[in-house]
Amino acid sequence: MSWWRRLVGNRQLEQELDKELRFHIDQQSADNLRAGMSEQKARRSTRLAFGGLDQVKEDCRESRGTMWINSIVQDVRFTLRTLGRERTFTAVAVLILALGIGANIVVFSVVNTILLRPLPFHDAQQLAWITGNFGEGGLSDTAYRVDWWEAYKRNNQSMQNVTGFVPYLASGETKLMNYGDPKPVAGVWVLDDFLQTLGVQPALGRLFTHNEGVKGGPPAVLLTYPFWRTQFHSDPKILGQSITLGKDAMTVVGVLPESFDFGAVFAPGTKMDYVIPAIPENMANWGHVLALVGRMKPGVTVAQAQAEANTLFPHLRSSLKLDGDTDYKTSITGLKDEVSGKLRRSLIVLWCAVGLILLIVCVNLSNLLLARAASRSKEFGLRVALGARRGRLISQLLTESLVLSGAGAIAGLAFAYAVTTWLAHQGSVALPLMSSVRVDGASLGWTVALAIAVGVLFGLAPGLKVSAGNLQESLKGSGHGTSAGPKRERLRSLLVISEVALACVLLVGAGLLLRSFLRVLHVDLGFRPEQTSAIKMDYTPDYNDNSKGGAERGVSFQEAIRQVRALPGVEAVGITDNLPMEHGRSWELRAKENPGKPGDNPDVFVYVVTPGYLQAMGIHLRSGRDFTWADAPKSEPVIIINQAAARREWPNQDPIGKLARGVGDGDTRVVGVIDDVRETSAEAQSSPEVYVPVTQGEPGKAEVVIRSTLPSAVLAPAVMRTLRSLHPAQASVELRPIQSLVDHTTSPRRFFAVLVGLFAGLGLVLASLGIYGVISYTVTRQTQEIGIRMALGATREQVQLRVIWNTLSLALIGVAMGTIASFVVARAISSLLFATEPADPLTFAGMILLLVAVALIAGYLPARRASRIDPIVALRCN
Amino acid sequence: MEATSKFDLPQGTLDLLILRVVALGPIHGYAIAQRIQQISRNALQVQQGSLYPALHRLQYKKFLAAKWAETETGRDAKFYELTARGRAQLKSETESWARLTEIVGLILQDPQGELS
Repeated sequence: MSWWRRLVGNRQLEQELDKELRFHIDQQSADNLRAGMSEQKARRSTRLAFGGLDQVKEDCRESRGTMWINSIVQDVRFTLRTLGRERTFTAVAVLILALGIGANIVVFSVVNTILLRPLPFHDAQQLAWITGNFGEGGLSDTAYRVDWWEAYKRNNQSMQNVTGFVPYLASGETKLMNYGDPKPVAGVWVLDDFLQTLGVQPALGRLFTHNEGVKGGPPAVLLTYPFWRTQFHSDPKILGQSITLGKDAMTVVGVLPESFDFGAVFAPGTKMDYVIPAIPENMANWGHVLALVGRMKPGVTVAQAQAEANTLFPHLRSSLKLDGDTDYKTSITGLKDEVSGKLRRSLIVLWCAVGLILLIVCVNLSNLLLARAASRSKEFGLRVALGARRGRLISQLLTESLVLSGAGAIAGLAFAYAVTTWLAHQGSVALPLMSSVRVDGASLGWTVALAIAVGVLFGLAPGLKVSAGNLQESLKGSGHGTSAGPKRERLRSLLVISEVALACVLLVGAGLLLRSFLRVLHVDLGFRPEQTSAIKMDYTPDYNDNSKGGAERGVSFQEAIRQVRALPGVEAVGITDNLPMEHGRSWELRAKENPGKPGDNPDVFVYVVTPGYLQAMGIHLRSGRDFTWADAPKSEPVIIINQAAARREWPNQDPIGKLARGVGDGDTRVVGVIDDVRETSAEAQSSPEVYVPVTQGEPGKAEVVIRSTLPSAVLAPAVMRTLRSLHPAQASVELRPIQSLVDHTTSPRRFFAVLVGLFAGLGLVLASLGIYGVISYTVTRQTQEIGIRMALGATREQVQLRVIWNTLSLALIGVAMGTIASFVVARAISSLLFATEPADPLTFAGMILLLVAVALIAGYLPARRASRIDPIVALRCN
Repeated sequence: MEATSKFDLPQGTLDLLILRVVALGPIHGYAIAQRIQQISRNALQVQQGSLYPALHRLQYKKFLAAKWAETETGRDAKFYELTARGRAQLKSETESWARLTEIVGLILQDPQGELS
């Protein structure tokens, strides 16, 4: 008989059992009749000799070996009944579990999306990220010139294809015309085979063809799915129609699938509306404009591709006479590593933090169940006396904890679903792939595993404890008045101590991360983001016609500044082509007398600005002067540099009045030096920068920077009216506070710090609940003892102090252990800290004080109750 | 249970008796009960119902095999027979039973242990 048949064929087995026993009874009765008994007597005698029919059947079922299933059904029913009676206990337990498990599912979903799942492309492991200058520096360092891309694509043996996109996303910022007010849209320029190489399938229509990516080819555009849905109401008839972006009309050839989110992979935290083909011929003289992605041939590893690049690039340089350009120190990494590699450590820390939370949850529930088991010891004693085996009791208790953890997991899943949905719509968090975070099959599997592990973990200790209890003791013990069994008390104290220690580790870790975050917020950025906003003014650069006079541009920009400056509440106005913390472009800059050693990085970030920009942005001019409108196209070319540039090119000299080369066609004169500005993020050190007047350089776009005491929202309509009166085609764009740019770069750190902080808070609450539970339980058990003490003359204060001392000793032992563990953990996360020592005394002291204070509060409540015990009442009851 | 001069069956011996009886050939539960009564000359007190859990247990342990067949009176009954494993079990159980009774007998006959 198979196990399966015993389980499934239950009905048939029951019938056979019935038939077999009936046969016996019939035969016996017949024999008895034959022996001369009356029919009634024969039946009675048979029944007597046979015993209880149902009892026999039950025994037979048990000997069959499928009893455990029936037991489980029984246990579950019993559990549901008991838990239904103890609503408060159940609600608290399920809530705690739901928070613990829910937090774990959320973090798992994030980790799974960013770290574990392959990128949402076909054969994503073949995709490689190809970057110059070992991936260091600005986009101009890491991106490739068109001729280098063509040469590498033609000459390499490792890649099926090498393609790319234009990483200067500002070039894709334009406006959609003819749909009401000009609407700002963002897009990206990609090589015509970029999408095919990634393996993207269009949701509608087709991808680009090759002739759409050559000069003079038909202008084509692909819409992203969200843009198609919101702007064109998912209308399939848009295919083949023409839309106007900026000045150019182009045909919609397709709609990208929902699963393809360019920003999520290549530019976290940005939203894309459209994709158009980049025309390599047009970009040939634009410098470093291509970010490269390759698809490796099957079987080729990243290391092999790297080895080839190491020899190929220097060779290309000499054979193709492509010198006079950056020596590409090409580094090739898996695309996945490029996208999520930097986050690995943070995510693992986050994962550990929620793991700790789950441990605390388990410990807490163990404690709750132990307390409950203590009050149920009579029930269990009775059941043992009635013949229940030890295993049966353990399985009963395990069923209870599994039912609880199952309910917690279901509630946690709902919680996690809500949180992940919310997270996926937080477009401003600059983490890759965040938009595709969701609770998927893997998360469900993880949930089930967690629920079982948690249930067993917190159910086993009380189970073993209860079943090991002495039968006589549990039946005899009245449960009140006498001090409880010291063993059980010790176990509960141990649990509380470990809970405090775990919470301590979490708090210290979170404290360090939060402190790092605060340090980042207080970094001297070199500019003052508060009270400053920027708005993108209608302006189309003409890269292919550099000769176009700056004079015209100067006049128009000056007029715009004058009008905006005249608005009420505006204090300073300037125009720049790049804002700090955006993707900057870089040029070369050398002191005229400095020949430049090979290998020296001559790059500087470039800002093309108007007079007044420095003041509007709050950048401090250390020496020299700001630009003036007198710095005209025909007058002497002038630049302003930052200290980092001054240190590099004119070490130990005053750079004012010195000549530089590299910027523009001839020599330029340094007229001012400014403080260093953090241009890539608040955390990265400043790089050399150069500022060029708009009259002498070509700005890529025009951001009007406005310093005002008025909030952006109040200021925005007036600014927009002014800009529109100057340029009727002005798109209705947002007036962005500069602070939001800073926040964008700090958002990953904020995300992690806030999450870990939340988990630490949760851990603190759980730990204090644990302490409260244990102490308050002890007080209840000792009511009579306390009554006697008071009757013998103990004062309220003494009683209270005694309970508080109990609490404090538990908390202090836990804190001591937790502090030691925290030192280890702090060292492990030191690479995630910013300007904060792993053993930061302030954080340690603060967190320890916080923990002890919370423990004291948790202990004070039962202590107060203890001191209010009326000795007469306490002695009389029982 | 009614007071009687009959023996209660010692714990664990029922399985041995069943194996012994079934060893004689395919047999159904009622007949097993009758046979045990007969051979023991009604000296053993076996609650007949307790026979069946034991039978099922032995079947579950694969010491017995069972099949449904007609009795001589034409009724369907469940017949048990010994498996190879059951036969081996019967042999070893019989031996250990013999040794046990021998040892117990020796101790009981020891003159020094006699009650004074």
